[in-house]
Amino acid sequence: MPIDKRAGSAQEALSDVADGATVMISGFGGAGFPNLLIRALRDLGRRDLTLVVNSATHPYSLTHELIEAGQVRKVVCSAARGRTKDLSAFERLWVEGKIELALLPQGTFAEAIRAGGAGIPAFYTAAGLGTDLTKDREVRRFDGRAYVLEHAIRGDLALIRADAADLFGNLAFRYAQMNFAPAMATAARLVVAEVRTVSEAPLPHERVQLPGVYVDRIVTAPR
Amino acid sequence: MAPLNRRQMAWRAAQDIAPGSLVNLGMGLPVHVADYLDPTGDVFIHSENGVIGAGPLAAPERADPDLVDASSRRITLRPGASIVDSVASFAMIRGGHIDVTILGAFEVAESGDLANWDMRVPDKGPLVGGAMDLAAGARAVWVIMEHTTRKGAPRLVEACTLPLTGKACVGRVFTDLAVVDVTPAGFLVRELVGDLTPEALQARTGARLAFAPDCRPLTAPPLPDGE
Repeated sequence: MPIDKRAGSAQEALSDVADGATVMISGFGGAGFPNLLIRALRDLGRRDLTLVVNSATHPYSLTHELIEAGQVRKVVCSAARGRTKDLSAFERLWVEGKIELALLPQGTFAEAIRAGGAGIPAFYTAAGLGTDLTKDREVRRFDGRAYVLEHAIRGDLALIRADAADLFGNLAFRYAQMNFAPAMATAARLVVAEVRTVSEAPLPHERVQLPGVYVDRIVTAPR
Repeated sequence: MAPLNRRQMAWRAAQDIAPGSLVNLGMGLPVHVADYLDPTGDVFIHSENGVIGAGPLAAPERADPDLVDASSRRITLRPGASIVDSVASFAMIRGGHIDVTILGAFEVAESGDLANWDMRVPDKGPLVGGAMDLAAGARAVWVIMEHTTRKGAPRLVEACTLPLTGKACVGRVFTDLAVVDVTPAGFLVRELVGDLTPEALQARTGARLAFAPDCRPLTAPPLPDGE
C-alpha cells in the first residue's frame, strides 16, 4: 500500500484519543497554533486532559476553549498569565483550584520535550537554579557550576501546525511556525499535523524540516 | 541633564553593545534597544522563538502572522537571518552563544541576583517564559529599569524581596538616573545624570553604592518618550 497519511477530517484524525491523555500543542506568538485540531479535540469532548503547551493563555491559540470547557486537568507550560484585566479561562480555574499548573522555564520546557523524544530520561540545566521553580530539584555540580535535574516529558498526542506536507507526512514550516512542533512530534505516541496544503508529489528533501516518519496523520487547514 | 526617559534608557543601553554581538532583547522596554542599532549592521538580534536576525517591525500591510518575535510582534527578517526551532533556540541560549541579553526587571541585588518574573500580583497566573534560561545562559545579562518604583521604593537593593529569576547573573544596569555595574564588591556607578549628586542617588538606592573614579555624566540625545 502506498503511504498516504491524510485523514478524512480533524475529528476523524483524533477519534481514538482517550480521556486522560497528555496532549502536546505547538505554537508561539501566533505562529503555528494548530487551532483546527484543538477545536476538534474540544468538540470530541475528551476530558481529564494534561496539556503540554508553552502558553496556557495566548489569545491567538484556541487552547483556552479546551480549558474553558473544563476538559483540562493540568497544564505544563512556561506562561499562564492573561493579557487583559479580566482573568483568562486558565487563571479563573487556577484561582479556584480547579486546574493544576506545572510552570517551567521555556528552555527547560523545550529541552524536556526534546529529551522525551530522544530517549533521554532527564538532564541537568542551570536555568532556574536557586529560584522557586526548582525548589524540589536535585542539584549537582559539574566543573564548579551547579545545575538542577529536570525530567523528560512525553505525550500521548501531539497537535502541530505546518505549512506544507506530502503524503508521507514530511513537513515544511513557514517562518517561525516551527517553534515546538519538531520536538513535540518526536515525543508523542500519536502525531497529528494540520497544514495549509498537501502535495501529492513528495516534498524535495531539502525542504523537509520534520521527517514524515514522526507524523501519523495530516489534516488540511487553510488558514 | 534630567533623568532619562524610557527611549533614552534604551538608547543608552544600545551604545554598549559591542560590534558583531548576538543579542537577545526582553519584552517591553528592552526590545526598543533595537531601534538604536543599525538594522543592517553586524549586530544580530536573537528572538527566543527561534528567529536569528530579527529585523524592524513589519509595516501593517506586510505583517505576517507566522513571522513574530518573543513578544508576539509581527516583525521582518534582516539580511542574513535564519530561523530554528525552540529547542535549537534555547540550546543557543543555554550553550552560551548569546553575547548579551538585555532584560527588564523589578529588582536587582548587589550580588547580581535578578527578580523580573513574578510581581506576586494576586490571582494573576505566573509567566516565566525564557527569562530564567537567559539569566543562566547568556554570556552577559544587562537590565534596563527605572531606578525606583513609581512609589519611590528602590529597585537596586541589598537582597531581592520578589521571587528570583536567577542568582548572581546581572552585570550592568541602565536606569533613568545612572549606569551601574555589578561587581564582586557590589554596585559601582559608572555614569550619573548631571543634576543629581552621588548622595541623592544613594538616597534612591537600597544598597551601598561605590562611584567609579572616572564616573561620567549620563547623557542621551533628545528622544520622544513612550514604550
